[in-house]
Amino acid sequence: MDHVLRLDRVLIALDGVPLVEVDAEVGPGEVLTVMGPSGSGKSTLLAYVAGFLDPAFRASGRISLDGEELTGRPAERRRIGLLFQDAMLFPHLSVAGNLTFGMPRSLDHRLERARAALSDVGLGGYEDRDPATLSGGQKARVALLRLLLSEPRAVLLDEPFSKLDAALRAEVRELVFGRLREAGLPTLLVTHDEADVPAAHATIVHLGPNGAVGPRRPRTA
Amino acid sequence: MLQLATIATAAIVAGPIAAGLLGVAMPAFGIIPALGSSSLSLDAWQRLLEQPGLLRSALIALASGLVTTAISLGIVFLFLASSAGTRLLTWVRRLVAPLLAVPHAAAAVGMAFLIAPSGLIARALSPWATGWLRPPDILIVHDPWGLAMMAGLVVKEVPFLLLMSLTMLPALEPARRIAIARSLGYRPVTAWLKVVAPGLYPLVRLPVYAVVAYASSTVDVALILGPTNPPTLAVSVLRWFSDPDLSMRSMASAGALAQLTVTMVALALWRVGEALLARGGAAWMASSDRGIAERPMAVVGPAGIALAGGALASALVGLVIASLSWTWRFPNLLPDTLSSATWSRAGPVLLETLATTAMIAGPATALALAAALAILESAAASSRPRHDLTPLFYLPLLVPQVPFLFGLVVGAEAVRFRPGYLPVLLGHFVFVLPYVLLSLSEAYRRFDDRWLMLGRTLGASAGRTFWAIRLPILLGPCLAAAAVGLAVSVGQYLPTLLLGAGRLETVTTMAVALTSGGDRRVVGAWALAQALLPVLGFALAVLLPRAVWRNRRALRNTS
Amino acid sequence: MMTSMKRLLLAAALSLLPFAAAGADPDPRDWSGVLREARGQTVYWNAWAGDPRVNDYIAWAGEQVAGRYGVQVVHVKLTDTAEAVSRILAERSGGRIEDGSVDLIWINGENFASMKRNGLLFGPWAEDLPNFPLTAPDDNPAVREDFTIPVEGYEAPWGKAQLVFYHDSAFTVAPPRTMPELLAWARANPGRFTYPLPPNFLGSTFLKQTLLGLAEDQKPLYRPVDPAAFDTVTAPLWAFLDALHPLLWREGRAFPASGPELRRLMGDGEISLAVSFSPSEASAAILNGQLPATVRTSVLDGGTIGNISFVAIPFNAAHKAGAIVLANFLLSPEAQARKQDPAVWGAATVLVLDRLPAADRALFDRLALGPATLPPEALGTVLPEPHPSWMEELERAWSARYTSR
Repeated sequence: MDHVLRLDRVLIALDGVPLVEVDAEVGPGEVLTVMGPSGSGKSTLLAYVAGFLDPAFRASGRISLDGEELTGRPAERRRIGLLFQDAMLFPHLSVAGNLTFGMPRSLDHRLERARAALSDVGLGGYEDRDPATLSGGQKARVALLRLLLSEPRAVLLDEPFSKLDAALRAEVRELVFGRLREAGLPTLLVTHDEADVPAAHATIVHLGPNGAVGPRRPRTA
Repeated sequence: MLQLATIATAAIVAGPIAAGLLGVAMPAFGIIPALGSSSLSLDAWQRLLEQPGLLRSALIALASGLVTTAISLGIVFLFLASSAGTRLLTWVRRLVAPLLAVPHAAAAVGMAFLIAPSGLIARALSPWATGWLRPPDILIVHDPWGLAMMAGLVVKEVPFLLLMSLTMLPALEPARRIAIARSLGYRPVTAWLKVVAPGLYPLVRLPVYAVVAYASSTVDVALILGPTNPPTLAVSVLRWFSDPDLSMRSMASAGALAQLTVTMVALALWRVGEALLARGGAAWMASSDRGIAERPMAVVGPAGIALAGGALASALVGLVIASLSWTWRFPNLLPDTLSSATWSRAGPVLLETLATTAMIAGPATALALAAALAILESAAASSRPRHDLTPLFYLPLLVPQVPFLFGLVVGAEAVRFRPGYLPVLLGHFVFVLPYVLLSLSEAYRRFDDRWLMLGRTLGASAGRTFWAIRLPILLGPCLAAAAVGLAVSVGQYLPTLLLGAGRLETVTTMAVALTSGGDRRVVGAWALAQALLPVLGFALAVLLPRAVWRNRRALRNTS
Repeated sequence: MMTSMKRLLLAAALSLLPFAAAGADPDPRDWSGVLREARGQTVYWNAWAGDPRVNDYIAWAGEQVAGRYGVQVVHVKLTDTAEAVSRILAERSGGRIEDGSVDLIWINGENFASMKRNGLLFGPWAEDLPNFPLTAPDDNPAVREDFTIPVEGYEAPWGKAQLVFYHDSAFTVAPPRTMPELLAWARANPGRFTYPLPPNFLGSTFLKQTLLGLAEDQKPLYRPVDPAAFDTVTAPLWAFLDALHPLLWREGRAFPASGPELRRLMGDGEISLAVSFSPSEASAAILNGQLPATVRTSVLDGGTIGNISFVAIPFNAAHKAGAIVLANFLLSPEAQARKQDPAVWGAATVLVLDRLPAADRALFDRLALGPATLPPEALGTVLPEPHPSWMEELERAWSARYTSR
């Protein structure tokens, strides 16, 4: 399954001042990294792509996924996954409940799939656990599974590793990008840490104080 | 859809208030169809100004509004300041809810029995310490300056403001702020007052205003503890409305408008006080005073809480004992003879009345909760609402009941609105909604929206994120808000009486009717009955989340 | 001999009668018609509910009337009669001239005068009640006058009241028998007497009683107030009160709100002397544990004010027939005897005992008086109530004089 995310001359402005300007295409398994200091609008770009842009901002341009136009479509129908800094597991659902929450309606054997996914990342038997009892690394893994099980066609990562301690970071990072590449998902990553950017298939966009400077040349191995 | 619900609720709340005020403004200016007069005149106002003791009644009401609130707020803030982060705070927090469950009138009756010269305190000290064999002739209850009344109000308002503060506090991250201040050399209480209080006050401003409004216009507490000659303005107005001379009703209406004015003046003066305190406070804050008055300030808070809580608790115990007594002469601390006659005589009527009370309070609270959720959800959904209707929902907190309820009765008749269950339900809804909204809005504000965003990206529609994510996570706060709403509904007197034409008997209407009979045993029993349903409500609000979320650590404790 | 046509017309005309009758007000002279109409009705009786014994009595009356006549009674509990008057007034304001929410109201004095003057009462009906003659109205004109206002059948008598004093004999042995003696007693026992705050009914009556006891000429009190002469007539009263107030409970800076509140003060030992409108209130309170057994009742030489309390039907009552049936039952010997029993309520009957047949009379004879009640012979003269305008004026003047500024 190959998915392509296209940001067509996307321009986001606040009170007339341009904040973010991106024109890029992200192919399957590729990662477009948006970097910049805080307040430069990185999260705003994510919000726009996900479908949650605050009405205070003005946005122009188009977003399309697999050729389908997404601008104007409500967030729940974009099939774009989201990972935050915090795992944000639903506190009222069990681990399995979290995993099955986003599964497409038509799917059957939901519980089995959840179980299989958990065993796959070394969390076999955790289905009925209270998410609050999990460690940081475990939560991050469950959050990733939740995202993947909802069968998205593109993924947004909002500084997903910054709350993890150094030892865990590398491990989780590898797991996340590995799975995303395996699934052929185009990814938009927002971070302020260069180390977060994966080694291959990554383009970096730097946001300066006056908006995007434009894509740099892709990093080559 | 949500917008519609919000607008409809605003209309349901504001409509009756406007109608009520109109219904009382018309007679005040001479227009009374029933008595045949229909031309504008200021006669009513002239007669009002001729009433002896009018100024004093108004001043006592005004003073009560301001002093009660100042003392209650002072105690609450100083207590929070000196107990921040300690176990004392958690302990007191648990005790607050049951005290809130006791309606004002019941608390007032208990307080009267506690502090009167023939009351519990005097009995505890007599005759060994005081030498009294008969109660001394000291004017405590019904004292001419309303001090007993203010005391009766403070013991109820302290728990209320404490609960409201505790609800709003977490959003400020007080622990972090205090830690920073202390690291700069500030002593604990001063630190809290300088870095937490300025942030907390705006959040509890609305409940504080509600206290000012209530204290300046209360009828139940004023009747039981307040001055009699002259009484507070609200009591005078009630008496004038009840006067058999029907031509006095236009003067009573003018008096009701005067009461409204007094409450507005009290609120205005309070605001002036806020501004003055802000200016003075800014100077104090810049002064780098690190805690000169620390010792005395650290004591006042807990002492105040202990006094208020202790007084209310003793008052309740006194009521329990009174309800089980048969004869109880002064100076005995315990009854001479006990009997369950009062309870067994009240039995069947009590059960029936509790049923009626529940039949009103239950649906009214449920409707208020639903409306509050609709209002808050609607506000959350549109980040920039077209019109901010919020002030309208809080109107019932600030408008005194006497003026607009009497006007409402007249207005209701004119549109052929029959008194009965539905008007009472509506009336209760109007008074319960602001409290439910207050309790719930903070929980809504603190709700992490990222959960909702995640839900949406996982494919859930806005509706599903509400029912499957927002609501379950807010179960605890919803139940807590419902418990507050239930307590408010159970304690309502005038709305039930006037809108139900006396046909719906709740525990509170019975209790007030029986208070006029002067039998402490009966009044004690019914005062306790008033507290029953609210206590159940609060117990449920604490126990239910614990049970439902036994396996969900993050949600188990609501507060 | 009617033709079939005429028969048809007559049948048609007769069949319309029930509809015609339903539209008209019930007439107690057609008692069986009233009973018929009343059956199945629910009467909303608005009455003071401050005393559970009163409430229990009313509940009992309701059960009786339901069982015998098929009329349900709902006791609408009032803290003050004026609440109901307010309601009726509001209904008229709003144009509700039938199907009102108040069917029967326990009332007298100022409230009655006010309602009658404003046309808020249904009637006349009371003098046609089957039990009315038992009150011996011709020998007992008090039943036809409510505070000197002619009743004219607009309310039915229910109970009798007379102002009495009661004292705790454990603390004071000789209660005052005249107003000057009251002042002397107060000097000897400072802070141990008080009266309810006017315009409370009992408090205002105490004012009237005092004025009657001090006035040289009582006649002006039975005529409407003459504003020009008011000050002269009431001068002795104010002089008396000016001297009395500093000797009262709480030095006259606060007053109890009502009679029951006053009774509670005595029960707590705060006062030793009080007033009441019911000669058997003290006994009833002793039996109910509210007053110590040492309390005794007394009256004044020269007589004390007495009055009758009534039940009336508002002009727009929805269930007039049921209300009439209830009023008549309340006037029955059985109901009156039960009311007078101090173990039940202790309120004096309005019936004249020697008009009753022997069996009914026995119901009263076997009632115990109660530990504190004076026998009827010892109650002294009953002074009729002054004109209601005096009550209003005295209340106003008292308020102007004694309300703290």
